[in-house]
Amino acid sequence: MNKKTDLPVMLPKPVQTPQALSSLSYWHILPLIAAMMIIPSLAFSAAGDELKSPLAVLKNWIPLLLEGFVFNLIISVCAMAVGTAAGTALGLGQISPNNSLRRGSWFVTQFFRNAPWLVLLFFAMFLLPFELSIAGIIIPLPDWFKAIIGLSLPVMANVSEIVRGAIRSLPSGQWEAAESLAYTRRQTLWLVILPQCVKRMLPPWVNLYAILTMATVLASIVGVSEVMTLTGRALAAEGGRPELLAPFYGFVLLLFFAYCYPIARYTLRLEKKFAVIN
Amino acid sequence: MSWTPADPMVSINNVHKSFGELKVLNGVSLDVMKGDVICIIGPSGSGKSTLIRCVNALNDIQQGSILVEGQEVNDEKLNKLELRKKVGMVFQQYNLFPHKTALQNVMMAPIKVLKQNKASAKTSARALLKKVRLEGKEDAYPGELSGGQQQRVAIARSLAMQPDVMLFDEVTAALDPETVGEVLQTIKDLAEEGMTCILVTHEMGFAREVADHIYFTDRGVIVEHGPPETFFKNAQDPRTQQFLSQIL
Repeated sequence: MNKKTDLPVMLPKPVQTPQALSSLSYWHILPLIAAMMIIPSLAFSAAGDELKSPLAVLKNWIPLLLEGFVFNLIISVCAMAVGTAAGTALGLGQISPNNSLRRGSWFVTQFFRNAPWLVLLFFAMFLLPFELSIAGIIIPLPDWFKAIIGLSLPVMANVSEIVRGAIRSLPSGQWEAAESLAYTRRQTLWLVILPQCVKRMLPPWVNLYAILTMATVLASIVGVSEVMTLTGRALAAEGGRPELLAPFYGFVLLLFFAYCYPIARYTLRLEKKFAVIN
Repeated sequence: MSWTPADPMVSINNVHKSFGELKVLNGVSLDVMKGDVICIIGPSGSGKSTLIRCVNALNDIQQGSILVEGQEVNDEKLNKLELRKKVGMVFQQYNLFPHKTALQNVMMAPIKVLKQNKASAKTSARALLKKVRLEGKEDAYPGELSGGQQQRVAIARSLAMQPDVMLFDEVTAALDPETVGEVLQTIKDLAEEGMTCILVTHEMGFAREVADHIYFTDRGVIVEHGPPETFFKNAQDPRTQQFLSQIL
């Protein structure tokens, strides 16, 4: 069977090695964004006007924009925390032996998982009151708080699926072994099942966090003073000069890239590590 | 009517069980006295594994009665935890907890379920690992052990609960041939110490050697049973004869 063939279908298929995104070096993107930011400046100086150059303008605004970005990160961390806590509970609900609890959790999960994030954000913004009064104490609910709730809803639904999937992926023998050793269901979950799930859940969970971080700019649409809102205001304050758009939004892109790309790399590493363990 | 050690440890009476349309057990009865070692053999799908899984209520039954030390298992109000403290089980796939070391696997249930104090649970866990000849492997994770070693940890883990009866569900079926012997030796040691054992097995030589009584099942019923000598030499039923001629 070693004869050469000239039929293309008989030839062994060349192994295709996909060009991994990870091979894009951290530093590739920097020249691109730098070019985006610098070229308008060059064009501007060539025009020989007396106004300050776009980069110099941007430099003045950087502290404020960074402040806005930190606010984005705070929103992302809080929404992730709330979403993870609620999502874990919901995910456990999805595997509950109690029929109505299981169906209810499944429905809530599916409902929020298949809803646009922006719509959920709007719902949270306009359905939550601007203040709560509990036993005479008035607690104001600021916009950023509502944004956290709004963004944590889809996170919750996705975490719920991650938890359910991880639990289901464990062999049923683990449950049976624990049962036959007289563990209660709760002990089985906390001592045997969930510790094994953490490793499996980590890569998709980190991935979800990166997606959430990028989605925090949606909060600008509902008026939260995060980085996009501040960029818009800064541009307006500078008189809406069109040559400022590229440097300013380029800077915002750069911030998110610098934060999210390492997370993506880390997820890949986690996935590889997990693949080895299996 | 209370149970005394003179009564059967496990008494299975006319048990019926089906998975949906499929009838798996069709009126099975057998008694196991304290200290007995019984082997259940038979072709695949004859219901042997299902039968022993019913004894510790991993599977429920539709009809009939299973008494473990006089306690009815086929009862909605059954306290499964109490039952499972009395009945140990070892599985074909070992089912050790992969995130825990051998020692932790053995001592976890005594601490969490029986509320033993940690130090004494640890001491007895070490002793049990020594008993199954795994001294020095206390800190190994299941993934670092061979199949035979994992299965012996699983036996130790089950023994740590100080059960009155041990169920062995084809415990050597997933093992490499060279490690089968060490697991069988462990079970044999247990049997000689007087542990009540119910084994589902394909190891005929072993069954002949350790069993006090052999049961042959086919299509959900017990076709024939008897002490090993008569059973293997003098099988009466044609189905038993056919099975034995294929396997021996």
